[in-house]
Amino acid sequence: MSDVSSVTPTLPNPIRPAFTTGTVEGSVIVNIGPSHPATHGTIQIVAELSGERVIRTDVHCGYLHRGFEKECESHTWHNLIPYVDRLNYCSALINNFAYCEAVEKLLEIEITPRCRYLRTLLSEYSRIADHLTCIAAALMELGAMTAFLYLVTIRDYVYEHLAALTGARVTYTYGRIGGLSHDLPDGWLQRLDEILDEMDTFVDRVHGLVDRNRIFIDRMRNVGVLQTDAAVNWGFTGPILRSTGVPRDLRKDTPYLAYAELEFEVPVGIKGDNYDRYYVRMRELDESRHMIRQLMDMLEPGPINVDDRRCTLPPKHLVYTEIESLINHFKLIMEGPQVPAGEVYSAQEGANGELGFYIVSVGGGVPWKVHVRSPSFVHMGGVHRMLDGYQLADIVPTFGSVNMIGGECDR
Amino acid sequence: MTDALFAQVRTALARVVADAVVAHGILALTAEPADVAAIARALKEHFGFDMFLDVTAVDWPDRDLRFDVVYHFYSTRDHVRVRVKTRVSAADPTVDTLVPLYGSARCMERECHEMYGIVFRGNDDLRPLLLYEGFVGHPLRKDYPKHKEQPLVPYRK
Amino acid sequence: MTASTPSGHQPSAAFEYLTTKKDEFVGWARKFSLFPYPFVTACCAMEFMSVSSTLYDTDRFGAALPRFTPRQSDMLMVVGTVTHKQAPILKKVYEQMCEPKWVVAFGVCASTGGFYQNYAALPGIDKIIPVDLYIPGCPPRPEMVIDGIMKLQERIATQRHPIINKDF
Repeated sequence: MSDVSSVTPTLPNPIRPAFTTGTVEGSVIVNIGPSHPATHGTIQIVAELSGERVIRTDVHCGYLHRGFEKECESHTWHNLIPYVDRLNYCSALINNFAYCEAVEKLLEIEITPRCRYLRTLLSEYSRIADHLTCIAAALMELGAMTAFLYLVTIRDYVYEHLAALTGARVTYTYGRIGGLSHDLPDGWLQRLDEILDEMDTFVDRVHGLVDRNRIFIDRMRNVGVLQTDAAVNWGFTGPILRSTGVPRDLRKDTPYLAYAELEFEVPVGIKGDNYDRYYVRMRELDESRHMIRQLMDMLEPGPINVDDRRCTLPPKHLVYTEIESLINHFKLIMEGPQVPAGEVYSAQEGANGELGFYIVSVGGGVPWKVHVRSPSFVHMGGVHRMLDGYQLADIVPTFGSVNMIGGECDR
Repeated sequence: MTDALFAQVRTALARVVADAVVAHGILALTAEPADVAAIARALKEHFGFDMFLDVTAVDWPDRDLRFDVVYHFYSTRDHVRVRVKTRVSAADPTVDTLVPLYGSARCMERECHEMYGIVFRGNDDLRPLLLYEGFVGHPLRKDYPKHKEQPLVPYRK
Repeated sequence: MTASTPSGHQPSAAFEYLTTKKDEFVGWARKFSLFPYPFVTACCAMEFMSVSSTLYDTDRFGAALPRFTPRQSDMLMVVGTVTHKQAPILKKVYEQMCEPKWVVAFGVCASTGGFYQNYAALPGIDKIIPVDLYIPGCPPRPEMVIDGIMKLQERIATQRHPIINKDF
């Protein structure tokens, strides 16, 4: 018989739920998460259930709040690029380039054409990786393990390919202010071609398995429905807004990088339910592959870093021979690039929606403030609109289709 | 087209706006804290800025009016953005809430409150969102030391 | 000379031989039937998904089938950063697991806090629970994870596995 006085004290509850009593007779309040297989990381949902029906939910994020903004205030403009990577870790290159573009706007420099095409190509490649992950996880949670294995296999080829370019599989730190870290290695584009062809095969298989599958349609159609005006009011952007029927895409509406020169469509859904979100992402995979093939033909040889002493590291052979380059290199590394004072908000179309960086500079090598407008965080504020009124088992596919990425949501 | 819209906004809001600048493609308006809700309503209802993007704050500890509260709005019809800035002091960091206008304001104002201490009058749900119950202080203020941890579970050994 | 076993029995050489063989057999069984509890938080989850899938299979080691309840699992894989807000949840999950259990700190954020040295992130999960295996990397390559699991398997194979202990 254990001694009562040696019982360990109860652990503190880190949240305060919005409701502790039910509204309906006989309802139960249930806690889902934050360590849960189907919440894609660390989200806690306090749900009031009447039988199997969800009456209302209270979504708690913040279990992955790692202090990104505070860390950024004590690192130079270049040193914080690894932190930026780990925001939306499924499509890390898009975060890199969105941040670098914001700082380049403050510096008022324009990147070289080759860098522009490469950044566009790699943004689309990252978007493919993110959509593959989202669809694979969503399908796995419905029980379609085969589709998960197919998509994660092709995603692994993408990771190995990006590791050949950047050195890392998941979080790359490849973007630099004023350009990129280094140019493409030999044979990279041939391998890219092979991977895109294999991806066609794998994606077709997943379409065949799932698209007209009775169980899949029953579980996803008319579940988690969102109307367009509600979506805009609650701040939804990206595939979720497009699934409600409006073709809002920052790549078409406010073109940046090389998107104005590319020919692509913006897939939209019909009803704004889970099935539409799945299909919009699958179609976006096709559009991204189409864009990458166009960009592979448009790439011309040339420099990838803009020739500006304020942010670009000088070439090594000059650093070792000339004193000006040595001092320039030293200052850039130790103090950081001196970005002129000012503020800027720059947004790109991330895999989940509008990824915006609001940067305030006081003229030094260290930012005064770096704020991320992350799509996942805003979606968490509005996701209860898609969960209330449906069944408990519908929470899983709805959450999977929202693609909440913890690093981006909690920063 | 963007310039015409910005010119319309500037003339319509000239009375309540102290400063209006176009920088890096965004119209940046500066206003008093009491006028922010009215400006947001005008932007939404008359000029079509139907999406509320973001609210955050910037801490300038050496200034009297210590915090800059910064709002960003987006128009899905005209594809332009507008920034509205206002200054509040540390003694009374209160602004009106935008929850009646935009649903997304609820969670973003919660985050701004817990990080900086800005009080959004009218938002009844200012519980900590990214931080946890029992966390004392506002970590993104410049006087909060970065390494100051407040562990919930006591360390072993 | 020889100390008595916890149950008070005086050992002999034959007894020691049998218990060593029993320990080897139990160790072999336990190391090839690990049930991980993937306590997944952040970016390392991408590599966890990769290492569980076809190209770098953990199923070859018997360690692929996750049990999403701590009551049924024996290997707690803490994948990704644990923040102070998440720490009570991790402690609760650890305490809900029964013996024998092993804890794997997957990734550098779980091992030491990574490069998040600030108010929000726990500087390593060994501050609150004991850890058996640290796999550094941000995120670690799948080969590193498999190497780590093999080292953990070696340790499990050579551990003592008392069937009867003093609390029985």
